[in-house]
Amino acid sequence: MEESKQTTSTTDRFRSLLDIVKMNISDYFMFFALVVIMIFFTITTDGVFISSRNISNLINQMGYIAVLAVGMTLIIVIRHIELSVGYLAGFLGAFAAIAMTFWGWPVFAVIPAVMVLGMLAGMLTATPVAKLGVPAFVSTMAAGLIYRGALLLVTMGTGTIVIRDPIFNAIGNGFIPDLPFLSGFLPGRHKLTLIFGLIAIIWYIISAIRGRKTKQSYNFAVPNTGLFILQLVIISALIGYIAWILSGYNGISWSLVILLLVVLVFQFITTKTPLGRHIYAVGGNPEAAELSGISVSKITYIVFGAMGLLSSLSGIMYASRLRSATTTAGLGFETDAIAAAFVGGVSAAGGVGTIIGSIIGALVMMSLTSGMNLMGIDISIQYIVRGLVLVLAVVFDRITRRNR
Amino acid sequence: METPILEMKSITKEFPGVKALDNVTFSVRTGEIHCLVGENGAGKSTLMKVLSGVHPYGTYDGEIIVEGELQKFNNIRESENAGIAIIYQELALIPELSVYENIFLGNELTNGMVIDSNESIQQAVEILKKVGLDVNPLTKVKNLGVGKQQLIEIAKALKKDVKILILDEPTAALNETDSDNLLHLIQGLKAQGVTCILISHKLREVLAIADTITVLRDGKTVVTLDAHKDLVNEPVLIKHMVGRSIDNVYPKREKLPIGKETLRLEDWSAFSYALGRDILKNINLNVHAGEIVAIAGLMGSGRTELAKSIFGNPDRYRVSGKAFINGVEQKFRDPGEAIKASLAYVTEDRKGNGLILIDDVKHNITLANLKEITEGGVINENEEILVANKYRTQLNIKTPSIQQKVRNLSGGNQQKVSLGKWLFVNPGILILDEPTRGIDVGAKYEIYTLMNALVQQGMSILMISSELPEILGMADRIYVMSAGKINGEMPAEVATQEAIMELAVDY
Ligand SMILES: Nc1ncnc2c1ncn2[C@@H]1O[C@H](COP(=O)(O)OP(=O)(O)OP(=O)(O)O)[C@@H](O)[C@H]1O
Ligand SMILES: [Mg+2]
Repeated sequence: MEESKQTTSTTDRFRSLLDIVKMNISDYFMFFALVVIMIFFTITTDGVFISSRNISNLINQMGYIAVLAVGMTLIIVIRHIELSVGYLAGFLGAFAAIAMTFWGWPVFAVIPAVMVLGMLAGMLTATPVAKLGVPAFVSTMAAGLIYRGALLLVTMGTGTIVIRDPIFNAIGNGFIPDLPFLSGFLPGRHKLTLIFGLIAIIWYIISAIRGRKTKQSYNFAVPNTGLFILQLVIISALIGYIAWILSGYNGISWSLVILLLVVLVFQFITTKTPLGRHIYAVGGNPEAAELSGISVSKITYIVFGAMGLLSSLSGIMYASRLRSATTTAGLGFETDAIAAAFVGGVSAAGGVGTIIGSIIGALVMMSLTSGMNLMGIDISIQYIVRGLVLVLAVVFDRITRRNR
Repeated sequence: METPILEMKSITKEFPGVKALDNVTFSVRTGEIHCLVGENGAGKSTLMKVLSGVHPYGTYDGEIIVEGELQKFNNIRESENAGIAIIYQELALIPELSVYENIFLGNELTNGMVIDSNESIQQAVEILKKVGLDVNPLTKVKNLGVGKQQLIEIAKALKKDVKILILDEPTAALNETDSDNLLHLIQGLKAQGVTCILISHKLREVLAIADTITVLRDGKTVVTLDAHKDLVNEPVLIKHMVGRSIDNVYPKREKLPIGKETLRLEDWSAFSYALGRDILKNINLNVHAGEIVAIAGLMGSGRTELAKSIFGNPDRYRVSGKAFINGVEQKFRDPGEAIKASLAYVTEDRKGNGLILIDDVKHNITLANLKEITEGGVINENEEILVANKYRTQLNIKTPSIQQKVRNLSGGNQQKVSLGKWLFVNPGILILDEPTRGIDVGAKYEIYTLMNALVQQGMSILMISSELPEILGMADRIYVMSAGKINGEMPAEVATQEAIMELAVDY
């Protein structure tokens, strides 16, 4: 087996390591860029950027865009686009507000109802695309107009609808409770957040070691022990650091909980299951996928349905954050989600793009906004900078990928 | 001795993990037809891409000397300007554009700002005459057969002043008649003073037209033979290419008594909405377990359409008639259902609808049968590696690793991946559409051996092929198609190339 062939000299080994770095540079580049951007703002704001309070805020502001970016990634992977998600999110947020405020529905009925509605809406938008080959651009733009009209229609009599349900409003503003009996220990820190951080680290280490053991039991080559331990240490430190920062200000927010769940579920589906493979196959070559027994139209329905579901989550998170449904809710969300996906490395040619990448993309874009706000940079310049970063990220991605 | 028109000296070209060319020396005399042969992945296409500037100067080591001058091409345009034109292994025409638009694509004749269509059409007619093609320049390319498309590719190359014309497997997708046509044309060009470099796996045609033959193996020049002086014949070439001799390209198979009927079509017809006409008319055929049945016919006779219409009808023809799989009537709504009923279809167009080029070898091999390696809803990626490595070894797929993107494999090795993918499905009925297109002699032998083993185990194989020797060498029974109909059926023992051709051209 060639993979297990050992290179002899250290220079050879170094060269092959360089090769690996070169091969994967576009996969890690955005992550490095994110770190650089964060360090930059930390310096220019005298550390305010990296403060617990700001990071916590940043995550809550990012939540409703990031969940959209996850769905948008899959949409673009299967060579489509979804322009209605912002309006759909806005409309569904208003629907939730009306159901709670005017119809008196309990919050635990409203949330699932809105999610189902979102999923159905996504699948409805997908129907002309999947059945007749209508370009998604047109179908979703039309849907966007309709949802926008619908939002204006339902808020016409009332204008902004204020939401008073405390549970609903906690989604966008609240944090997970802390353990009261540990209050004496580490004052000012959110203990449960630290505990969750610890659990995440342990879970990560165990599954990494397990994966390595199984690979060894198959007699496959694995990275050498030194490298492996280095990887464990870096990732553990990263998780620990994030948990530490968050614990300094109220701890993990409910928005973050939702976002993490969404990322976990979609990361699992896309990387571990046949459905995920099928999605990427459809994006890579739809004809070949169809001939391999994969129904392209079914995958289209599933992906648009998932996008609709995520739009409903986005709408709920946003309405909750504002504690109200407004007539302009959701405006421009689709642009932000598409930008995050592209910064995160998705390719419009289809078949390429990861969930984690888009989350990093969303973090980059949100860090730019947050950092520039803290620096007091005018909104006009902010737009220009974000536009430049978007185009640079995509250009870089093109160049590094072309050579492979 | 006169100076050669082209000299490539000590060319070395590496890709991550692969040394595609290792100190290759290649010299071409003015006005000759120089054939380049070798196994899949030997480096033939890469050598020509180095020459034509696809791999620009600086990405390889060594020297290119054209007519005594050292050349450093940075892109295709520069090599074109030096009189070098290349026609790639895959057709690069735009189907929706007309013949003349394709010919002038990238070099549009303009009248100030606007395209001068009248002038273009007039010149196109002239150029088409050069390649002996009688078509209306306003016809859309998609409405022409592959043979004519190939000629248009050449016409496109000839509109410039070409000194060296490179053809990379131009006849791989052509039938005998079209191939002969093309070879004739090449000889005509030679008479006009154009030097041709031809890559081909069809040794018969190489022997027919070559002045000089260079054999590559594993990225190295093995030998350069003068076809007029040295002793050259198929066994000699094969020996140089593969490193061992192969006596009979078509391995013999013990004839077993044929098994039960696995596939039967009754009055099978299909109407294509896209073309607005019937493409299959009242087809009756059957295949049994343990049998290789071949479908012969010309390009466009409806063989691929027949295969697809059986295999879940992905192109959505309006189909009538009955299909029985293992005695049970089936109406598949999509290929997925056909696969469940134990059918498999290896397409003729591996790049277009066979493989996910941007994905790696292992994912491509497992794609049609993921459930085999899925446990509790999760893909076992370690099992996947085992599976992929199994087929890599069995089919001798030349790749640095199964993590390699399929698009980086040589044409023949891509074909092997496509084959491996469907073998992993372990079908009862395997439909092969031009299974050895672009595959070298050694690998062909291995694939034929494999086919024999599969039918011995009770599989049924329905093989579409444009290579008559392959049909005669491998099939038990032969159907001949023409214009969407079955024109005749014959057992292989009594079949001859002439008999098949007669039925194939009889509309
Ligand atoms: N862009 C690329 N990246 C990585 N490897 C490549 C690339 N192009 C070619 N190779 C490798 O270089 C080797 C030679 O490939 P090449 O296409 O020249 O073979 P070939 O002789 O034309 O074979 P075939 O008869 O199958 O067309 C192969 O091992 C192939 O995998
Ligand atoms: Mg080739």
